Amino acid sequence: MRARIRTARKAMVVAAVASLGAGLLAGCADDGGDDSSGSSSGDSSGKTTISVGLFGTMGFKEAGLYDEYEKLNPKIKIEQNVVERNENYYPALLNHLTTNSGLLDVQAVEVANIAEVTATQAGKLEDMSKVSGVSKSNWLDWKWQQATTKDGKTIGLGTDVGPMAICYRTDLFKEAGLPTDPAEVGKLWAGDWAKLVDVGERYKSKAPKGTFFMDSPGGLINAILGSEKEKFYDSSGKIIYKTNPAVKAAFDLTSEAAEKGLVQSQTQFQPSWNSTIANNKFAAIACPPWMLGTIKGNAKPDAAGKWAVAEAPKGGNWGGTFLTVPKSGKNVKEAQKFVAWLTAPEQQAKLFKVQASFPSAPSSYTMPEVTGATNDMTGKQEIGPIFAEAAKAAPVQVIGPKDQIIMQGLSDNGVILVTKGKSAKEAWESAVKSIDNKLDQ
Amino acid sequence: MTTRHDTAAPPTEGGAAPGRPPGDAVAAQKERRRRERLSRRWQRDLRWSPYAFVSPFFLLFIAFGLFPLIYTGWASLHQVELTAPTDMNWVGMRNYTRLFDDDFFWNAAKNTLTIGIISTVPQLLMAMGIAHILNYKLRASTFFRVAMLAPYATSIAAASLVFVLLFGRDYGMINWALDFAGIDPLDWQNDKWPSQIAVSTIIVWRWTGYNALIYLAAMQAIPHDLYESAALDGANRWQQFIHVTLPSLRPTILFTVVVSTIGASQVFGEPLLFDANKGTSGGAEHQFQTLGLYLYEQGWVAQHLGRASAIAWTMFLILIVIGIVNYVLSRRLRASS
Repeated sequence: MRARIRTARKAMVVAAVASLGAGLLAGCADDGGDDSSGSSSGDSSGKTTISVGLFGTMGFKEAGLYDEYEKLNPKIKIEQNVVERNENYYPALLNHLTTNSGLLDVQAVEVANIAEVTATQAGKLEDMSKVSGVSKSNWLDWKWQQATTKDGKTIGLGTDVGPMAICYRTDLFKEAGLPTDPAEVGKLWAGDWAKLVDVGERYKSKAPKGTFFMDSPGGLINAILGSEKEKFYDSSGKIIYKTNPAVKAAFDLTSEAAEKGLVQSQTQFQPSWNSTIANNKFAAIACPPWMLGTIKGNAKPDAAGKWAVAEAPKGGNWGGTFLTVPKSGKNVKEAQKFVAWLTAPEQQAKLFKVQASFPSAPSSYTMPEVTGATNDMTGKQEIGPIFAEAAKAAPVQVIGPKDQIIMQGLSDNGVILVTKGKSAKEAWESAVKSIDNKLDQ
Repeated sequence: MTTRHDTAAPPTEGGAAPGRPPGDAVAAQKERRRRERLSRRWQRDLRWSPYAFVSPFFLLFIAFGLFPLIYTGWASLHQVELTAPTDMNWVGMRNYTRLFDDDFFWNAAKNTLTIGIISTVPQLLMAMGIAHILNYKLRASTFFRVAMLAPYATSIAAASLVFVLLFGRDYGMINWALDFAGIDPLDWQNDKWPSQIAVSTIIVWRWTGYNALIYLAAMQAIPHDLYESAALDGANRWQQFIHVTLPSLRPTILFTVVVSTIGASQVFGEPLLFDANKGTSGGAEHQFQTLGLYLYEQGWVAQHLGRASAIAWTMFLILIVIGIVNYVLSRRLRASS
C-alpha cells in the first residue's frame, strides 16, 4: 500500500515536472521559429537554395510566389527566415551588415530604416538597378529614390508601399449624423487635416456613447506627417524637426484633437488598443491597406462589412519594405534575379490580392487583382482605386536615418501626454527632450 | 579529504622490516625508482589536473565574461555608433561625465530603486510566509513545492503579455475588479505609481516561489529539537517562528536579499514588455524606465554604443558598491550573533 502511495506521488511529481518542461520547450520552439537555419548554397540534388531574411508577415510565401518561382526555375529552392518584429530584426541585420557576416542572400529592410541603411551600409549591398529586367520606371518615383544613394546606386527594390486613406465605421458615422458614402465622406475633409478634426467635433457632438472619433494620437500625427514633403530632415540631410513649421503644426493639431477628446488615449498596436478595435470604440483610423489586415485580425466577426475607406485629406504614405542583396551572400547572382522577379509589377499585384500589401509599381494599379480587390472589413467596396490614387498623390518625401526615433518620440513620448492632461507645450518639450537625448544632440 | 597519495604511500626503506637479504637490493632499487616515477606523476597530476578540470569555466568566462567587460570599458571611452562599430573616436571620460546631468539616467536610476524596493520587499516577505506554511505537514507537499516554481519556469515574455492584459485600462480584469469595489479605474500603463506597481507585480509573481523554495530548504535544516524545546517552554507557533526560525535563517535571508538586489538592479524584461510599443522608453514619460532599459535604449535604439557602454560600467560599479555594503553588513551580523 505504502509503495503504491509513493508511486502515485512520484507520478504526480513527474507529471508536474513534465508539464513545466513542456512549457519551457514550447517557449523554446517559439523562439526557434524565428531563427530557422539560414544555410544556403547547393544541396545534394544540385539545387541552389536562396535564403531570404524577412520580418513580420510579408506574405510572399502565403501568396504562393515562392512555389511559382521554383516551378519557373527548377534548379532553385527558396528558404525564408522570418523574425516577428522589425525591432528585433533590424538591430541584428545592422550587426550583420557592419561585420559583413551572417547575411542571407536576400534581406528585407523597412522604410523607416532604409535611409540609414542607404547612407551607412551601401558598400555592403549590391546595386540592384543594374540587374537585367529591373527598370526604374516600374516603381513609384519616390519609392525608387528612397533606396538610392547620393552617387546613384540603388541598393533595394521596393515591394509594397502604404498609401494612406481614412477607414471609418459606417454604422457609427450614421448614428452621429454624418454621411456614410466614401466619396461624400472624403469631401468632408478634402485638402486639409484641420477639416478632419472639425469633422471629429461634429462626430463628438452626436456620438454614440463611449466612442471616440479616432483611435490614437500617435496614429493621427503619423498620418498628418506622412503627407508632408519634408518632415524631420531637409533635402540636404540636416535635422530640422524642431524648426520645421509643418511638424509643429501637426503636433499642435493632434494636441488640439486630444484636448477636445476626439482621440482615445491609446498607443497603437498595444494589446489594449487591439481590444478597443474588438469593442468598436472608435469611428475612424488612418489607414494604409495593411491596416485593414490589422483591423480584421482584432475585430469581432460582427464588424465585417461595416467599415469603408475614404480618401485622406492629403495623399501620404505609411510603411513599405525593400529587398536588398548583400554582397557577402552565397548566391548573389541568383538572389538578384529572384528579387527582380519578386518585385516585378505582376508579382506585386498578386501580393496585394492575398496580403493587402499595396504595390509600389504603378503599372500594376490597372491590373484586375488591384482594381477589383475587396476586403472582408469593407464589404463590397472596391478599395484598389482609392489606394492607387493615394499612392500617386503621396509626395516624394525626404526621409532621414533617424526618422523612426523622431516619429516615435513625437507620438509615444509626445502627443500621448496631452491625453493625460498635459498642455501641448509641455508635451512638445517632453518629446523634444526625449528625442534629442536619443539623437545625441 | 586531505589524504595525499604521495605522502600516504608506505615508506619504502628503513621501515619496520629489517634484515632484508642483499640479493633483493637491485630489485628493491628498481621498485623504488618505479615508485618515485609514479609519485612524480602523481604529484604533477595532483598539482595540475584540478586546473584542467576547472578550466572550461574560466576559459568560457574569459571569452564571454571578462573580454566583453573590458571591451565595454574600452568602448565607453569612445564615441561609437552601432552603424559602424569599428569606427571609434576617443572622448575620454565624456560618456561618464555627461551621465551626471543626464535627467534620463537619474530618472532611470530612481525608477530602478523604487521598482526594486516595491518588488523585493513584498517578494521576500511573501516567500518567507509561504515557506513557513509549506514547512508544515501538508498533503501533496511535493506537488505544491514544484508548483511554486511554475512562475519561475514560465518565460517572462508570456507572463508579461498576460499581465499587460490584466492591467489593461479599459478592458483589463484588475480595473474591472476595482470597479466592483467602487474604486475608479487606474491607468496602469501611463501613470507613474500604478505602472511601477504593475511592473513590480510581474517581478513578485515570478520570483516569490523561487525564494520560498530557498527559505524552505533552509528551514528544513533547522534541528527539530529546537522547536520541541521551544514548545516545551510554552512558545506558540508565531513565537517559534520569530525566535527559532528567523534567527536560524539569517544567512539565507542575507543571501536572498543580495541576489534579489542584484536582480532588481538589472530589471529589464518586465518593463520592456509591459509597454511593448513604447518599448525601451519605459512609458510615455519614462515613468518605469529602468537602468537596464535605458542602457538598451541608448545602445540598440539610439545606437550609441559608447554611451551605452558607459551606462553598463556605471551599473557594474553600483553593483560592486552593493556587494561591498553587503559584505560589511554580513560581517557585522556574524560578529553580533
